[in-house]
Amino acid sequence: MFSYKEIKKTALISLWFVFLTFPIMVIKVDPIERIVRWRWDNAIYVGVGIFFTRFLIEYLKDRNNKRQAAKRSANKESQPIIHSIIANPKQRNIVIVVLLSTAFIFPFIFSTYQTNIMITALMYVVLGLGLNIVVGMAGLLDLGFVAFYAVGAYSYALLNYHFGLGFWAVLPIGGCLAGLAGLILGFPVLRLRGDYLAIVTLGFGEIIRLVLENWNDFSMGPSGISNIDRPGFFGIELSLNGSIMYLYYIMIVLMIITIFIVNRLQDSRLGRAWIALREDEIACQAMGIDKRKTKLVAFSLGAFWAGIVGVIFAAKTTFINPASFTFLESAIILSIVVLGGMGSIIGVIMGAFILILLPEYLRAFSEYRMLVFGGILVAMMVFRPQGLISNIRRTYTFNKDQ
Amino acid sequence: MTTPILKVTGLTMDFGGIRALNRLDLDVCAGEIVALIGPNGAGKTTFFNCVTGIYQPTGGDMILTPPGGHKSINLKGLKPNTVTEKGLARTFQNIRLFSKMTVLENVMIGRHCRTHAFIFGAIFRTKATRKEEKEIIEMSYSLLKEVGLAHLADEFAENLAYGAQRRLEIARALATEPLLLLLDEPAAGMNPQETLQLKELIKKIASAGQAILLIEHDMKLVMSLSDRIFVMDYGKKIAEGVPAEIRANPEVIKAYLGEDIDA
Ligand SMILES: Nc1ncnc2c1ncn2[C@@H]1O[C@H](COP(=O)(O)OP(=O)(O)O)[C@@H](O)[C@H]1O
Ligand SMILES: [Mg+2]
Repeated sequence: MFSYKEIKKTALISLWFVFLTFPIMVIKVDPIERIVRWRWDNAIYVGVGIFFTRFLIEYLKDRNNKRQAAKRSANKESQPIIHSIIANPKQRNIVIVVLLSTAFIFPFIFSTYQTNIMITALMYVVLGLGLNIVVGMAGLLDLGFVAFYAVGAYSYALLNYHFGLGFWAVLPIGGCLAGLAGLILGFPVLRLRGDYLAIVTLGFGEIIRLVLENWNDFSMGPSGISNIDRPGFFGIELSLNGSIMYLYYIMIVLMIITIFIVNRLQDSRLGRAWIALREDEIACQAMGIDKRKTKLVAFSLGAFWAGIVGVIFAAKTTFINPASFTFLESAIILSIVVLGGMGSIIGVIMGAFILILLPEYLRAFSEYRMLVFGGILVAMMVFRPQGLISNIRRTYTFNKDQ
Repeated sequence: MTTPILKVTGLTMDFGGIRALNRLDLDVCAGEIVALIGPNGAGKTTFFNCVTGIYQPTGGDMILTPPGGHKSINLKGLKPNTVTEKGLARTFQNIRLFSKMTVLENVMIGRHCRTHAFIFGAIFRTKATRKEEKEIIEMSYSLLKEVGLAHLADEFAENLAYGAQRRLEIARALATEPLLLLLDEPAAGMNPQETLQLKELIKKIASAGQAILLIEHDMKLVMSLSDRIFVMDYGKKIAEGVPAEIRANPEVIKAYLGEDIDA
């Protein structure tokens, strides 16, 4: 690996980086003194740094490949610890019980602030699971997912503002309206594939946000809607802390329901059709699967969950405006799915916790937060493109000798 | 003579200036093995794509008549999945399996158009859904047994050997319970032993009464399996008949330009 060719290539890459970072690393304009300072030493740091970083990356990649090759030749499947836990019912039950009880006592141990962060993380888990149906299973690259989140949030905000409808009444309505929006949007755009679909959904996401921003009569524009009711608890007024705790438990229950449903969907005739559609559209149609209908169902089911979480978001913050529904939001949810592992439920859950909790706790280094965030994603793409948890191969048990 | 299951008349397909199919007539009867042969680029795959709804032909009719006095259906203008539902199932010249799904799941996909469970059934796993799911699994498994892949049921499709992948495609197509099975060069790229296995498999499938339309280059295979043969060149039918007639037909010999069709 330290061949002449490799060293030359690495040197060229370093030079290229020095060139790319030249304007920000080397040149510094001092507007007060009206001079330009040339920090040549920075160029040297970048060059040397990149030189060694590349060797490090190559070394890690090499080691990774070798390990995998060794595994393959030993004829063993690489089975991450999580897969083996899932395969063993006893271990699995223990893990589930531990997780559930931790989740249950969490708000009693930690502060309201922590609980609030946890609610956000749980919301992203459900959003991720919803998008996972669309992107992970059905393979439809949707960059406008946040639009359906917005539909849910505004459904609750507006119905609450105009008609005084409560949280529990709007929760299913918001979900269904978002699902309907998914159906309506999906109808024209699902003819497109891959990159084209991504661009069009991105556009639709932005259109919805711009409409909300500019249609003052309908959505009150950029100033948003405030004083949205928190979830009602059998008519009892809850204190602020109490209602945060209440919302936390609502989120836990919603997450469990979502996991249950998504898991069942994945393991059904419909789920198989989605995965097949992701693998090969033409073969899928030739096997009698209605491409249009199957895609629409995936799109609209994913949107349904975004809508549900949207309603919860509005109830949590009691104030919404279009600024909460930018493309960045879609990008984060998509990163959760990609980081976790496309189509893998446990992966998406882990991805959501990592991507939402990590930046929260990295607030101390808030200036570098996005940098770390980006670094993690790039590292993932290089070292583990299948995501944290690759999908489990399903086997079926049945009577084989008949 | 009975009405054929599939009767194609005057099928024409233009790609821009290229006429890939030129007023082609073809028919397949119940229980028959019919072969469609011709040099590379003759338009055989295009024919399959038209019949199965992947391409929309420029002209002509494709009439499907299910046996047992059912009404005839014109396949023209139907979507591929509807065509499959009506009773045509195919394999692909360049294998198109769902590579990240297991062998068994690939066949289970073939059951899709004969089963019904949807969102509600999937979520609540009703009794009907469970029963249907069990039937899907059992039938898929028995099809895998029939093509000799049962021991690989839980393997990813992409990990199969070439010949096994071709047989898996056949099993997947059979899972749709077709009236007519369309095989596009099933022996392509197979070694002699695999080809022999394939021949036995096709015979076995046909002996159960399955009608088969076969595109194939391996003349030995075609001559020994087929009841009737259609020969095409440049999108046109140049001959039709039983194997002995085709072997003696001067036009066919000319189209194959000295290729040894007795081989
Ligand atoms: N999608 C397409 N667009 C343009 N031309 C096509 C297309 N599909 C097939 N053709 C042309 O149709 C002719 C027949 O091709 P094909 O049906 O694949 O032949 P065969 O299967 O007999 O070898 C070829 O000349 C090919 O270039
Ligand atoms: Mg061909």
